[in-house]
Amino acid sequence: MWKKQSLTILLLFGLMLARVGAQDDNQHESNSNSHEEDKVFNPGTFILDHVMDSYDWHILTVGDTHISIPLPVILISKSKGFHIFLSSRFHHGHSAYKGFMIAQDGPNEGSIVEVDEHGHVDENAKLPLDFSITKTVFAMLISFLLMIWIFLSVAKRYKKNPNRPPKGIQALMEPIILFVRDDIAIPSIGEKRYERFMPYLLTVFFFIILNNYLGVIPFPPGGANVTGNIAVTAVLALLTFIITTFSTNKGYWKHIFNAPGVPWWLKFPVPLMPFIELLGVFTKPLVLCIRLFANILAGHFIILSFVALIFIFGQIHWIAGYGVSFISVLFYVFMTLLEFLVAFIQAYVFTLLSALYFGMAKEEAH
Amino acid sequence: MGLISPDYGTIFWMVLAFGIVFLILKKFGWKPIMEGLKAREKSIEDALLSAEQAREEMTALQADHERIMQDARTERDSLLSEARVMRDEIIETARTEAIKEGEKLIEHARKQIENEKANAIGEIKEQISKLSVDIAEKILRVELSDAVKQKALNDDILKDLKLN
Repeated sequence: MWKKQSLTILLLFGLMLARVGAQDDNQHESNSNSHEEDKVFNPGTFILDHVMDSYDWHILTVGDTHISIPLPVILISKSKGFHIFLSSRFHHGHSAYKGFMIAQDGPNEGSIVEVDEHGHVDENAKLPLDFSITKTVFAMLISFLLMIWIFLSVAKRYKKNPNRPPKGIQALMEPIILFVRDDIAIPSIGEKRYERFMPYLLTVFFFIILNNYLGVIPFPPGGANVTGNIAVTAVLALLTFIITTFSTNKGYWKHIFNAPGVPWWLKFPVPLMPFIELLGVFTKPLVLCIRLFANILAGHFIILSFVALIFIFGQIHWIAGYGVSFISVLFYVFMTLLEFLVAFIQAYVFTLLSALYFGMAKEEAH
Repeated sequence: MGLISPDYGTIFWMVLAFGIVFLILKKFGWKPIMEGLKAREKSIEDALLSAEQAREEMTALQADHERIMQDARTERDSLLSEARVMRDEIIETARTEAIKEGEKLIEHARKQIENEKANAIGEIKEQISKLSVDIAEKILRVELSDAVKQKALNDDILKDLKLN
């Protein structure tokens, strides 16, 4: 059943890639003649600017003034050495600083490139190693701090009042913790072994759900697209993969390379089944990564599209803009509520599948 | 910074931060929380179990109590019936005793009456014999005052003697 679903998701993902590509084309066009039509609203750029990572945390633009939180840029360059400075030095990408600037076009658009003394992009120089605290990283760190603060205070309550009914934030978190334990971990992994995996499952579940919720809130500390960033979901999926692989037993590998109950001609001379099963080992985490990323990103796309509609119609006529804004806001509210649901479901699905993989890693011999 | 190409900087920070947060939470967050939950569940279960046990004990006690009451009741009943039997017996014996005693008394009275009667008759006989002697004396005196008559009397007595 999961394979079928993952196939559907891959297909959807493919479609989405095509769409993003198209939007990129639009962007290039609009960039080339952006000086003449600076004021023309481009929904593609608008949406991508909101879901993509950036070096500063943009909050508001009033007229030509951008209000944003500057974030630290950390660069290691072969020719220029180690640098750390605030992204406000770039003036939102308009100027270079210490021989670095954010590329406005070309193949490295959006990344930091090295420039020569005349302010021209150095085409020959390699890109500097970029360990900047970007918007995504910053939001992620905030969510981690939030988690530490929440759960250490919850833990303190458990230590201070043992055997008492939960109170305050403890009462809020306890049902969710019990949900992860009783409805995710125990049924998937089993009563005997689930405890080893609980810290990881709880951390992942709360990280995903917290960032999903923060992602729907349209202002800092929310609004960043953490769980819709493929690097973040890739790390989560990779961790699940590593933990799964390190808790395997003989039965698991036997099931992959010599699956019981499969006709011999599917294994020899062409090892079709072992190949497919081995592929499954890697597609499982890949699908985990893409499912979460694509779901959250798609949700953000839709919400931003409804907002973009207002500006598109507003450009045609201001009355149209106001008229559409009414409908758009309704849809926006609806989608936001739907996203709250999706936020929970995606956290649940990721944690449940991780738990299932952990459970499968110790296959009982048939 | 592509939309679908993972950024190594983000991966670096994610791995680092996730690792640190995971270790902190594992040691100071999840461990005490899970232990606290377990301990509380155990204490609730224990409390429920002990309540159940107490209830069972109560029922047992009640049954015991009931049994004791029942025993007491049967014992009382048996005691009562025993007493009744005893009472009947006592009354019965008393009655027979009384009857016997009465009969004895009556017998005694009869005997006494008999005696008294015999005595009275004896006395009457004595009295009569005395009186008859007296009368005979008086008569003799009158008879003996006359010689003829004396003679006649002697003869008469003698005649009687011979006859005897």
